[in-house]
Amino acid sequence: MAASSTTAGTTATTAPTNGRTPNRGLRWLRRNIVTLAGLGTLGYLILPNLVVMVFSFNKPNGRFNYQWQRFSTDAWTDPCGVADLCGSLGLSLQIAVWATVGATVLGTMIAFALARYRFRARAGVNTLIFLPMAMPEVVMAASLATLFLNMGIQFGFWTILIAHIMFCLSFVVTAVKARVMSMDPRLEQAAQDLYASPTQTFLRVTLPIAAPGIAAGALLSFALSFDDFIITNFNAGSTVTFPMFVWGSAQRGTPVQINVIGTAMFLVAVLCVVVGQLAGKRRKRS
Amino acid sequence: MTKTATPQSSGGDVRLQGISKTYGSFTAVHPLDLTVPAGSFFALLGASGCGKTTTLRMIAGLEEPTTGTVELAGQDVTVLPPYKRQVNTVFQNYALFPHLDIYENVAFGLRRRGIKSVKKQVEEMLDLVQLGPMARRKPQQLSGGQQQRVAVARALINHPQVLLLDEPLGALDLKLRRQMQLELKRIQTEVGITFVHVTHDQEEAMTMADTVAVMNGGRVEQLGAPADLYENPATTFVANFLGTSNLIEAEVVEAGGDELLLKAADAKLRLPAARCSASARTGEKVLAGVRPEKVALRHADDAGSITEGHNRLPGRIKDASFIGVSTQYVVDVPGLGELAVYEQNIERDGRLVPGAEIVLHWSPAHTFGLDATQDIQAGADLDEEAA
Repeated sequence: MAASSTTAGTTATTAPTNGRTPNRGLRWLRRNIVTLAGLGTLGYLILPNLVVMVFSFNKPNGRFNYQWQRFSTDAWTDPCGVADLCGSLGLSLQIAVWATVGATVLGTMIAFALARYRFRARAGVNTLIFLPMAMPEVVMAASLATLFLNMGIQFGFWTILIAHIMFCLSFVVTAVKARVMSMDPRLEQAAQDLYASPTQTFLRVTLPIAAPGIAAGALLSFALSFDDFIITNFNAGSTVTFPMFVWGSAQRGTPVQINVIGTAMFLVAVLCVVVGQLAGKRRKRS
Repeated sequence: MTKTATPQSSGGDVRLQGISKTYGSFTAVHPLDLTVPAGSFFALLGASGCGKTTTLRMIAGLEEPTTGTVELAGQDVTVLPPYKRQVNTVFQNYALFPHLDIYENVAFGLRRRGIKSVKKQVEEMLDLVQLGPMARRKPQQLSGGQQQRVAVARALINHPQVLLLDEPLGALDLKLRRQMQLELKRIQTEVGITFVHVTHDQEEAMTMADTVAVMNGGRVEQLGAPADLYENPATTFVANFLGTSNLIEAEVVEAGGDELLLKAADAKLRLPAARCSASARTGEKVLAGVRPEKVALRHADDAGSITEGHNRLPGRIKDASFIGVSTQYVVDVPGLGELAVYEQNIERDGRLVPGAEIVLHWSPAHTFGLDATQDIQAGADLDEEAA
């Protein structure tokens, strides 16, 4: 911005008679290129979601929801109209909630241990924590399946949950650790100086300050667990989660209800963000 | 102590006995005895790394002393954790809780002690530091000076026996720092609590404190009232760290009476025997010191009019800098090196420019004597470095 205005200034002063019209289009572009690029990127991100949304109001002729036919709210009024869909959705939500709780509690504890204490295996644990993020998911999925098979554990809800907690853990640890490391140790000392016992210090100062990191880790866990397909597919046995249901049905036809669920998830997420930002703004204003 | 125990005083005295702190092979604080009388404003002054903050943290309980005991108001608190001590700290950079608003920051100590109705006390305290309207703001929305006042309020509301201040004004700019110095002094007089203030700023220590302890290398070099420390430094470190001193190497020519006669280069200097902290027998070396503002300049042509009995040194002006209230001269004295002179700008002699031959003179009563075995430069550069 600053650069372009200086150029404009110099042209104006040095050559006032030299018409500026030929450059006008170019100058406009130069001034607005950031906005244009931003809008383009936004479109790239949102367009797929829009298509999902629009097709949730479609009434397809066959089993496949690939071509727009006519507007209908049938799917919205009957989201569970397809066999097994809502069952798999419920299972996925259940697993996501428990995986989030498990990974957040364990991950927060690990993060505190790694950030606060010096112990022998610290460097090793630090590296191992990163492995699930770095390793190809298929490999991890297959190895886990092998492990469960060899141990004679029956595939199902519990194997899925264990697998999900395992790969969510790394993300929680990373998010919380960053927050704890950047925390001023004097804040806790100040709390103790102000008559807070170690327990009170943790509950009143340490935990609230680490909360954004913990919340970020939890949200990430929920999202990762809810839409995981590869690892779940290997370790689910005959249990069917929502991503598995979508995958399965895609081969026989795609019910409009899938779009309805997808759109609903999207709207809930957007709603959460908007409410969060409004709350933040109100807090700042007062 | 001029300002001890007003009737409503809630201050307690601090007594440190043989307290020391070592980290591995490094000794941060050498065994130290220190008594801070109840209700006084006490400053621990020294350059960074001199052990002053460690001493403060041992009083707060945030650091465990390697040896020795800490007593607060007659009670041994050496093994008590910080949250069980009637002591509160104003931390460097304030350490305000970022997730709580100003009101809750100030109420924190009261709530932790299970006090339910905090409203009145918190509002009174916020008024005391003039932050009433800011109660619902978050710390990061406040300026540095305001944050500093919150930190003071948060500590004071608990009516501690002792308030510890760890470089509380270090993050403020000069003007604000001056203002807050007066403010803190006012608050201390008002509440009558014992203040222990750690700082590297000698001006700050002298402005605010009743008693100053100058620390160096984990030891207390000298302890006393600010004026006393300034006028009668006991070591070269104190002489150089507190303001500026001209230290002149001299030999005792004549001792025994009320005055010592010294020989420095070719000049004879006189020094009151009472103001010499070193042993000074004839033939021994001492350092004769004089503060720059106590020295006067006279052009060599007018040397005859200098008051009889003054110490005199001939020299040449090397540098003169006009700084408004005074002009600071650097004078080269043959055989003794460079001396500093601060002249008030009352009557300026136009001949006193760099290169001019002059005579320095001062009343012998303003001379102090120090042990010559010390490092003459000790503490000279530290002040600027730390500030």
